[in-house]
Amino acid sequence: MTRMSFLEAGHTALAEEMRRDPAVWVLGEDVAHGGLYGQYKGLAKEFGTQRLISTPISEATIMGAGLGAALVGTRPVIEMRMTDFALCAIDELVNQIAKVRYMFGGQARASLVVRMPHGMVRNSAAQHSQCLEAWFAHVPGLVVVAPGTPADAAGLLKAAIRSDDPVVFLEPKALWQQEGEVPEDTEPIPFGTARIAREGGETTLVTWSTALGPALQAAEEAAAEGMAVEVLDLRSIWPWDVEAVVESVRRTRRLLVVHEAVTAGGFGAEVLATVAERLAGESALRLRRLGAPRVPVPFSPRLEDAIRVDAPDVLDALRSLCAD
Amino acid sequence: MPIDPSSDTPTGPAADSAAERRAAEPVDVKRALGMYRVMCRIRAFEEHALELLKAGELPGVIHPSIGQEAIPAAVCASLEPGDYVTSTHRGHGHALAKGADPAAMMGELFGRASGACKGKGGSMHIADFSIGMLGANGIVAAGIPIAVGAAQGIKLKGEAAIVACFFGDGAVNRGPFLEGLNWAAVYRLPVLFVCEDNGFAAFTRAAATTAGYGAAARAESIGLRAESVDGNDVLELDATVREFAAEVRGGEGPRFIHAKTYRVTGHTSLDKADYRSVAEVALALARDPLKRLARELGEQGVEAEIFETIEAKERDAIQQAVEAARAAPWPEPESAFEDVQDQGAPR
Repeated sequence: MTRMSFLEAGHTALAEEMRRDPAVWVLGEDVAHGGLYGQYKGLAKEFGTQRLISTPISEATIMGAGLGAALVGTRPVIEMRMTDFALCAIDELVNQIAKVRYMFGGQARASLVVRMPHGMVRNSAAQHSQCLEAWFAHVPGLVVVAPGTPADAAGLLKAAIRSDDPVVFLEPKALWQQEGEVPEDTEPIPFGTARIAREGGETTLVTWSTALGPALQAAEEAAAEGMAVEVLDLRSIWPWDVEAVVESVRRTRRLLVVHEAVTAGGFGAEVLATVAERLAGESALRLRRLGAPRVPVPFSPRLEDAIRVDAPDVLDALRSLCAD
Repeated sequence: MPIDPSSDTPTGPAADSAAERRAAEPVDVKRALGMYRVMCRIRAFEEHALELLKAGELPGVIHPSIGQEAIPAAVCASLEPGDYVTSTHRGHGHALAKGADPAAMMGELFGRASGACKGKGGSMHIADFSIGMLGANGIVAAGIPIAVGAAQGIKLKGEAAIVACFFGDGAVNRGPFLEGLNWAAVYRLPVLFVCEDNGFAAFTRAAATTAGYGAAARAESIGLRAESVDGNDVLELDATVREFAAEVRGGEGPRFIHAKTYRVTGHTSLDKADYRSVAEVALALARDPLKRLARELGEQGVEAEIFETIEAKERDAIQQAVEAARAAPWPEPESAFEDVQDQGAPR
C-alpha cells in the first residue's frame, strides 16, 4: 500500500497500463505537456510523443479520431479536459462511439476510455463545472464510472483501459490532491461493484465521486445524533451495483441518494426508482434524493455555496429521513 | 434556362491539370473495364433497391447514389485490401466498390439475419470491417474524424495502409470537416479525402449555402494539396486518384479530391426532388458515367457486347442477392439485446 493523491493514483495506473500494452496511447489537449492538471506528467518522456499526442482544440475530432484509432485496433485514452468541453463532441460519443458495436452487428468494438474531469472547483462557473453522469448513463453502449478515492481511481482506470467497451471515466477535479491508500500493482476493479465506505445499520446513503466526502462527514455527525448511517460508494454508475443497494435498503428501509449533479433527472432518480420497484409491496420505504437545484453553476463563492451539496445539507436530509 | 450541373458549383483550383493528367496516358482497357464492372454493380444494386422500396418490400428508405458511381469505382481501384474507407449516409457504392458482398448488403436492407450487420444497422449503417469498410454513417461529416483517427492508428502501428474518406458537398460546412483536414495535415496522416459534390445538400443547392471558392479551395487553405475533378469521368478520376494515392502512401501527407457529379435521384427514395427542373436532370443524365465510359472505350475499339455482358452479369448477381435476401430468416428478437456492451444488462 502506498499513500498517494487521486492525481498520482491515475497517473500510476495509466503508466502501468501503457507499459503493459503498447496499443494504449493518449490523445487530448496538452497531454504531451503533462495535461491541464498534471495527469500525464513525464509520460511523454517515457513513452514518446507518438503515444502521447497533444491535439488541436478540436473536441469533435479528439473524440472521433479516438474512435477511428480504436476501430483499427489501438486502445486510445481520450482526454477531454472536462465534461463541459466533451459536449462539443457529443455526436462522436453518443452517435458514433456508443453505437458502432451495435449498428454494425458486432463487427466493431470501440475499446477506448474517455476521461472527463467533472464538477465544481475554483469558482469555474457555469461552463466549467457540470456533472452529467446521468446523461451518459442514459446512453446504451457506454460504461460510466465515477471513482471517489485514489484506490478506486487506479483500479477503475485499469479496468477501463482493459475493457473492450467504451468507458466514460469521470474524475472529480476538486479531489485531485486528496490522498488515500493505493495497493501496489493495483488490480482492475470490476464495473458494477459498489464499495461500503461506512458500515451502519439503520439508514442507507448511496453516493459517489465529489459527494462522497460530504456524505461521510454528515454520516459521522449523524452518528453523534444517534443515527447509524451506512454509506455505499457506487463508484460505477453504469452498470451500477443494484443488488448491494437493494440488500442494504431491504434491511434499513431508508434510502438517501446524494450527488453533486442537479437533482432533477439526476442519477439519484434512477437509483430511487429501481429500489422502489424492487422493494415495492414489502413494508414501507422512505426514499429521498439530494442534489443541486436546477440552476447553472454560478460564479460568486457566496452563490456557489448556496447551491452546492455540502455536509450540512446531507445531515439535514438524513434528519428528515430518520424523523418519525 | 435549365441550370447546367457542371457549372453550378464554383470550382476552385483549375480542373485543367486533372484533364491534362488524364489525357497524357493511354487508356488501360482492362483496368477501365474493371471500373465499369464496379459501376454496373452499384447501378444495378441501387436500381433494384429502389424498385423493392417502391413495391413495399424494404423497410425504411435508402439514399441512392445513382449517377455518382464513378467516384467510388475510381477511388477503390487504387486501394489495397488492407486499406480503409469511411463513408456517408449514401454509402452503398463505397461498400460495393471496396468489395462488400451484395448478398450481405441486400440482406441488410431487408433487415434479415443474413445482413452484413445482422439487421441491426440497415442502409445507413452498412459496414464490412473484414474489407476495411468502416461503416456508412447517418451523421453528415462524421466519417471525417473517424478517418483521421484510423490513419493515426495506422501510423501508430507502423502499417502501410491508407484511408479513403468519402463525404459530400454538405459536409464541407460542418465543423468536423475543418477539424479533420487540419488534423490530417498537422500529423501528416495517410488520408485521401474525397468530396462527392453532387450539387445538393439534402433539398438545398450546395451553392446557395456555401460561401467562398469551393471545397478544393478550402482544403488548400488548410495546406492540403487539392484538385477538382470531373466526378462523372471515371478515367479522369482514376488518373488523379492514382497519383494522389501514391503520394499519400508515400508518406507525403493527406490529399484532397473534389469530385463534381450530380445526384440523379432525390435525397432519399422518398424525395421526388421537384426543386429542380426536368431539363436539368436530363442534362445530368447525358453525362452518365457508365454511358460515357462505354462510349470512350467503344472509340478505342471495345465491342458493345462486352459492356452488355458485364452489365447483364452484374444485374444477375444483384437479382440473386435479392432472392437470397427474400428467403433469409428474420433476426431472432433476442438479438436486439446483443452487442450493446459486455457489462450493464440492456434490460
